[in-house]
Amino acid sequence: MIQLKDVSYVYSPKTPFEKTALDHINLTIGDGEFIGVIGHTGSGKSTLIQHLNGLLRPTQGQVLLDGKDIWEEKKNLRQVRFQVGLVFQYPEYQLFEETVEKDIAFGPTNMGLSPDEIKHRVQRAMEMVELPASYLEHSPFDLSGGQKRRVAIAGVIAMEPRVLILDEPTAGLDPRGRDLILQMIAHYRKATGSTVLLVSHSMEDVARYCEKVLVMNQAKVFAFDPVEQVFSRWQELEQMGLDVPQITLLFQHLEQRGYHISSHKIYTVPYGAQKLLEYLNRPGGKGDTDAE
Amino acid sequence: MLNNFTFGQFFPGQSVIHRLDPRSKLVCTILYLVLLFVVNTWIGFALCAVYMAVVIAVSKIPVSNVLRGVKPILPIMAITALLNLFFIDGTRVVEWGFFHISWEGIVFAIKMIIRLSILIVGTSMLTYTTSPIALTDGMEKGLRPLQKIHLPVHEVTMMMSIALRFIPTLVEETNKIMSAQKARGADFESGGLIRRAKALVPILIPLFISAFRRAEELALAMECRCYRGGEGRTRLRQLSYHWQDGIAYLSMVLLFAVGVALNFLLPNI
Repeated sequence: MIQLKDVSYVYSPKTPFEKTALDHINLTIGDGEFIGVIGHTGSGKSTLIQHLNGLLRPTQGQVLLDGKDIWEEKKNLRQVRFQVGLVFQYPEYQLFEETVEKDIAFGPTNMGLSPDEIKHRVQRAMEMVELPASYLEHSPFDLSGGQKRRVAIAGVIAMEPRVLILDEPTAGLDPRGRDLILQMIAHYRKATGSTVLLVSHSMEDVARYCEKVLVMNQAKVFAFDPVEQVFSRWQELEQMGLDVPQITLLFQHLEQRGYHISSHKIYTVPYGAQKLLEYLNRPGGKGDTDAE
Repeated sequence: MLNNFTFGQFFPGQSVIHRLDPRSKLVCTILYLVLLFVVNTWIGFALCAVYMAVVIAVSKIPVSNVLRGVKPILPIMAITALLNLFFIDGTRVVEWGFFHISWEGIVFAIKMIIRLSILIVGTSMLTYTTSPIALTDGMEKGLRPLQKIHLPVHEVTMMMSIALRFIPTLVEETNKIMSAQKARGADFESGGLIRRAKALVPILIPLFISAFRRAEELALAMECRCYRGGEGRTRLRQLSYHWQDGIAYLSMVLLFAVGVALNFLLPNI
């Protein structure tokens, strides 16, 4: 469990560039939750996630991991980072080793694990990101963009963190690469039961994979609620420069025109299609569509 | 680790110093640096320090920022001072086997520290108050006479402005890569010299790769906008001198003259 207590963070204090990136944040992230983090550019998302594994030290307030202040003993910070894995944006730019294997092993090696355990972990991570073992001896710089990214994510997964945080892991990928990565993350969570935080600009992805949504706006937490609750505030989200899944919007507009298709909110296309079919096929269903 | 990187960062403002012609600031800074190495009297150093204090006060740059720029240079200063301390011969104060410290050595070391710290403050005041673009504009115009001897002035200053332009970008990039490797448990803060040097590999390799990538992208973007060097190129900002520049030159020349004169008139103070 990670708790943020009254956390504030100011960039470049006492200069003309001073900027408050986090403004008195209070937050509790429970074990095993799958959380989508959304917010417009500069809303404080990236700053927030860097507090969760102690890369940034709050200007004010506390970050607690299982009830213990992570800054209490600086020596333990590395242990915190092994438990709270963070994948940065465009993580493929941090690859540096000669082979894929060595690069993925960087984290586990820093943990001081035995060579055997490291080997196992590298293999497990490779399986998790669906890269064939034959790539282990390749140079990471010879791979394609999507593959590089998967290697970089494997480098964090290999530490087997209890909490996995990913900052826009699908940015700049084609639709197929995007789906692959998201499914990989969902799979990792299912297999290990870890907590996952996914920073994303795609409301579709958040709706499809996450259970809760954390909305950041102007350095503050605007909402931290289950998906349905957050996306039902779509007018407010749009004012913030965010949106809700297209399919939700579509059904929202149909609702306004008098088509009561579903009592539940609809966030994914398959579910929407199913409800729409049910609506059209129900007895006397067509008589209701005068508005056409 | 790199958060205290303030040396050579532009600090926007509207003061007289900010608005001086970059050429005046460049020439004055060079004169000032030369003067620092010519001056050899305590009163001369005091004068130089007062001059810089006035410049800082007029420019309204926070003193804490100026001093923070000196911090990264402290180890170099310490080493220089130590070397001078031990290797200058004269009236011996302390003698300890092979090592000896002389009175002259102490004086020289103290002067060196003063000299270096004023030097750093002086040069960082130039970059604090002058945007990188203004600086290279000034350089290009100031060096133009050298074109007569076929020095590619425009190309050289363009390279300089690109280098300056990318310093903050690369610092940011370095911070990002460092954070990413720290997130994987990299440890830059403990261990001996060799371990620390080795710990830099995971930062340097990605940094070089991204620098090359950026260079290629930039070259392509410049070609797309038909850049073809300095020939026939006009400027957006035309530089011109004002009366304030006259005062800057005059005060610097005066300081220079007084500083040099003091060496002869009062060599022991």
